[in-house]
Amino acid sequence: MRSDGSPRAGFGLKLSAALGILFLHVPLALIVLYAFTTEDKSFAFPPPGLTLKWFATAWHDRPDIWPPLWLSLKVAVIATALAIVLGTLAAAALYRASFFGKESLSLLFILPIALPGIITGIALRSAFDIMGIPFSTWTIVLGHATFCIVVVYNNVLARFRRTSGSMIEASMDLGADGFQTFRHVVLPQIATALLAGGMLAFALSFDEIIVTTFTAGQQSTLPIWMLNELIRPRQRPVTNVVAVLVIAVTFIPILLAYYLTRDGEHTAGAGK
Amino acid sequence: MTSAVRFQNVSRHFGAVRAVDNVSLAIAPGEFFAMLGPSGSGKTTCLRLIAGFEQPTAGHIEIFGDTAEGLPPYRRSVNTVFQDYALFPHMTVGENVAYGLMIKGVARAEREARAKQALALIKLPGFETRRPGQLSGGQRQRVALARALVNEPKVLLLDEPLGALDLKLREQMQEELRALQHQLGITFVFVTHDQGEALSMADRVAIFNEGKIVQDGTPADIYERPRSRFVADFVGSSNVMGPDFAQRHGGPASWVSLRPEAIRVSAAAGIAAPGSADGQVIGLHYQGALTRVVIIAEGTRLIAAVPSGSVSLHEGDRVRFTWDRTALVAMADE
Repeated sequence: MRSDGSPRAGFGLKLSAALGILFLHVPLALIVLYAFTTEDKSFAFPPPGLTLKWFATAWHDRPDIWPPLWLSLKVAVIATALAIVLGTLAAAALYRASFFGKESLSLLFILPIALPGIITGIALRSAFDIMGIPFSTWTIVLGHATFCIVVVYNNVLARFRRTSGSMIEASMDLGADGFQTFRHVVLPQIATALLAGGMLAFALSFDEIIVTTFTAGQQSTLPIWMLNELIRPRQRPVTNVVAVLVIAVTFIPILLAYYLTRDGEHTAGAGK
Repeated sequence: MTSAVRFQNVSRHFGAVRAVDNVSLAIAPGEFFAMLGPSGSGKTTCLRLIAGFEQPTAGHIEIFGDTAEGLPPYRRSVNTVFQDYALFPHMTVGENVAYGLMIKGVARAEREARAKQALALIKLPGFETRRPGQLSGGQRQRVALARALVNEPKVLLLDEPLGALDLKLREQMQEELRALQHQLGITFVFVTHDQGEALSMADRVAIFNEGKIVQDGTPADIYERPRSRFVADFVGSSNVMGPDFAQRHGGPASWVSLRPEAIRVSAAAGIAAPGSADGQVIGLHYQGALTRVVIIAEGTRLIAAVPSGSVSLHEGDRVRFTWDRTALVAMADE
């Protein structure tokens, strides 16, 4: 036993941990590796040579990348903004009020993240059909908002539960009206929870494909574009280049969210 | 003279629960007023009615002559020290104390100077840059006090402010609060369930039970002349005698209270005259200067508080308790 009292992990445990890490991350490493391969027909291992030319190709010769990328970014930003506003309002309402059916209502809020995406997708698609709503950026945004709201809601609710309720009263007692109290007391309290929830929501929306497939119509978000590329390949490594980009765009916010909230906060809903 | 706080037939009902039930009271300017009662007796709701966190279901509230019902907390010239202090963890101590001034739009230099003064007043000079998380419970409570006082409220409300402190600190804070109140001359309204605290600090005490004030008066009044069984039971450890017992022992035919200090203890001999009772000692509790002697006399439990060392007793001894008739205080059967 060491002086800090925590038992040392045995060799077997270390080995299985290492294998677990490898199993999770080797495929990711391969994606990154083949973005640099010199050969573009079949992904032979090891790659015959390494080159940066696919990055140049993606940048100069493939204008079909940019509309899906732009659409994905736009959807993610709008869905996240929507989720931050609605998720915070929902969390505040359900934290402060107590009424008949409160537990059921909060379950209904969390349900979309537990529900398989395919169900959400089909449900939304038939709803749009019935209401005669044509597919647009907004139908995708709506689909993504269903689970983005949950992520923000969960994070903010957890933060509210850790904050003393009398703090809001104290602020009012000291002369601050509702808006001033929100700005000087509530917002600073939930700021990191909002940031974490928002980043997660962004990352979830950016790479969502199942719900998107049902709500996008003929539009193509980046994940849909990539799927199409794999089915009808041309310049295969370009897909990997874009994948590297997606890894970067989704990984950085998740990492930031993790660091901002690791003091005991769980970023619920990270598994979607 | 205008009262600092005035309740006229104020009620606050939560559904079927009458948290505050037709309460009338008048607190004089500069008074140290304690609201004492068991939990759920309505004392905290009364405080929240003054602060503005609750609005009355019926009745009229005045603060220094101005109608208070309908006004939100931020439009009242009262400030509160919360039970859990409710300091803002994302601000420094200095920012916490200056919060009310910042909201009012006082310039930075002035509010910092006044926050500094307030911190000096409550004996935490130089704590401006610390965070609430770095402070002890006693220090947090002082900061909460400074944060309220810096706004120069007309009435300071204190919700069980000493409840979370340990005994020694609590006694020290009691003295300091008392001194501070004298120094500032602000009306203090203080909620507590600790009768010792209420009696030792307040100019006047209101005893709450089930949403009503059952008695109010000076601490001596309340302690020496409880008006009902509830007050006698709640305020300290008075002896409560039933009408039969009281009548047999020289008192009126009603419930009476008898303070433990008013009882003399001697050896039982001969027949007990009116104004005395014999019984077997079932408990001896040494409490420093005083020792409490518990006997059962004719089925009634009686406690006497005698100077330690004045009698030499053992459990099981037969003793006689003697008192003056004037020490028996008749009470309502409530």
